[in-house]
Amino acid sequence: MGVVSRFVPLLVLALGINGCTKKAEISASATDSKEIRIGQFGSMTGGEATFGQSTDKGIRLAIDTKNSAGGINGKKIVLITEDNQGKPEEAAAVVKKLITQDKVVAILGEVASTRSLAAAPIAQQFKIPMISPSSTNPKVTQVGDYIFRVCFIDPFQGSVMAKFSRDNLKLKKVAILKDMKSDYSLGLAEFFTKKFKDMGGEIVSEQSFQAGDQDFKAQLTQIRASSPEAIFIPAYYTEVGLIARQARQLGLKAILLGGDGWDSPKLFEIGQPAIEGAYFSNHYTTESNNPATQDFIKRYREKFGEVPDGLAAAGYDAAQILIRALEKIPHAVPEAIRAELASTKDFDGATGKITINADRNADKDAFIVKVQGNVLKFVTLLGP
Amino acid sequence: MEELVQHIINGLNLGAIYALVALGYTMVYGVLQLINFAHSEVYMVGAFSAYYGAHFLRLQANPGWMAFATVIGLSVLVCLALGFLIERLAYRPLRGAPKTNVLITAIGVSLFLQFSGQVVFGADPKLFPQVLEDYPLMRIGEIQIQFFDVTILGTALLTMALLQYFIQYTKTGMAIRAVSFSSRSAVLMGINVNRIIMVTFFLGSSLAGVAAVLVGLKYPKIEPLMGTLIGLKAFVAAVLGGIGSLPGAVLGGLVMGLSEEMVVAYLSSTYRDALAFGLLIFILLFRPSGIVGKIKVEKV
Repeated sequence: MGVVSRFVPLLVLALGINGCTKKAEISASATDSKEIRIGQFGSMTGGEATFGQSTDKGIRLAIDTKNSAGGINGKKIVLITEDNQGKPEEAAAVVKKLITQDKVVAILGEVASTRSLAAAPIAQQFKIPMISPSSTNPKVTQVGDYIFRVCFIDPFQGSVMAKFSRDNLKLKKVAILKDMKSDYSLGLAEFFTKKFKDMGGEIVSEQSFQAGDQDFKAQLTQIRASSPEAIFIPAYYTEVGLIARQARQLGLKAILLGGDGWDSPKLFEIGQPAIEGAYFSNHYTTESNNPATQDFIKRYREKFGEVPDGLAAAGYDAAQILIRALEKIPHAVPEAIRAELASTKDFDGATGKITINADRNADKDAFIVKVQGNVLKFVTLLGP
Repeated sequence: MEELVQHIINGLNLGAIYALVALGYTMVYGVLQLINFAHSEVYMVGAFSAYYGAHFLRLQANPGWMAFATVIGLSVLVCLALGFLIERLAYRPLRGAPKTNVLITAIGVSLFLQFSGQVVFGADPKLFPQVLEDYPLMRIGEIQIQFFDVTILGTALLTMALLQYFIQYTKTGMAIRAVSFSSRSAVLMGINVNRIIMVTFFLGSSLAGVAAVLVGLKYPKIEPLMGTLIGLKAFVAAVLGGIGSLPGAVLGGLVMGLSEEMVVAYLSSTYRDALAFGLLIFILLFRPSGIVGKIKVEKV
């Protein structure tokens, strides 16, 4: 990989094909006070492309709706989107560009914690507020007082899944298969283990892989030998489908458990029928009877012709609380936006009520969903 | 014990996949002394042409050997065409140029295809059409052997045997060996070197096409970057076995697969890639010609 990836930037430049589907929309009038510039960075291409694309759709829905209703105090919101190709180093580079070149007043992104962590120090350094829609690793908002998120964090998500496994599923023996390279995966595994052991459960096997692997049979064979009742797989949908298939091929009948990184239509496409009956924690459910959620789903379907996944909902909410903050202040200056974001309380979002706490995380409940055919069936709502 | 047997089976299967891709590298290297880095992208394009072909012809509706043959045929055809284009447009103009130029061009072609693939096919992973059903072939206690596992290993061995026969006992094969030995003397003997190189590329590319379908069926997630890692591993396998040698490629692949499996099972998956590339360094240091190789490996 080393040799090849060193050539990547050079070649991409030389060939002029920039892997991205959406070029930054830079308007000619950079200093025009008639508009408010917001930056977005995400994985529009790369292995986890549905993360970036879903989030982007959610964000655009929120911003387009606001703009067609007249914008904020007569000013249009301009969204500048940058693709990081799913790479942390790209994330850092594009965020720097958004701040220094495009002069955005706030930044939305990312889904993956590893990439949010790469970008956050830059946003903090330039004092530009950054809102992550769905990065759940606790370290993300610890970077500084300009970094926010609208979702729950891994200690909560991990312990919720542990609680669910012990209380609802009555499991005793669980194996873990985690991604060595992902902050998200390691964090979830750690907090799940802690809570599950505290509640009297046993982790019978702990195996790891690296994002991009295709063969998981070595790990799964080891797991099989410890005969667990369930396997907790804190990973992204790209690997989960293959892991599920190979587990079933090896004759493993254990229940599969996961986190919000599973949420993608691709999970069913690649994982079915092996993924049937699996449970994971998520940011929202389409079955919610919250009017704000149903309104979001309806408008999303009208605009994009598909049912939004959890990441689209989280993206929408990140944009919504930013819009709310912008509405409350006379001038869109980063410092004022930051102060206003920090005071967000009981905001009625698509993923439920959002209150930003002192650590700039959102206090929210987690939805446990079950994979049934090609839909996610709501099972239960668990609080802290 | 049962575990160990299962690990050996898993390792052999993984190795068979590396072997299949490694054969393509070794074919081209044997003749041109060129490491065709674009090989893994030809493989990727093969997988996608099978994907689109199967969807267009609605082959998923009635899976079976007919559908399987059609998909393999399609994949091989597209790979042949791509191999032809790459050779004609990128490598042939550089025939007289220094080796480094050709090598860098190969990396360029590889990256060009990877990123064009993201634009054309989309970057999100897709499900490879299941044109042939996989099922457990044997179950002894806990030990499982899948139908595809046997098929892939069988295909790798069969292809190796056929290629070996072709190279050793046919007229074209003899010409390939002559070009491999010395292309300048081959010209003097009246061999059309460009034609022979083209034949080699055709062979290498069609191998990528076959591998793409088999691997696609086994690991049914395809994406434009799918070739990168498997290509590099297969390349290491080819060097390990002795680049330029067909049995070496298969042997190297199997050794790689087995050792990776054992490392992941009994040490940690963190060392998986470290092992693969560590092996490469080790082999280049102590036995540059590989396990069965005779020819000298060029420094790249």
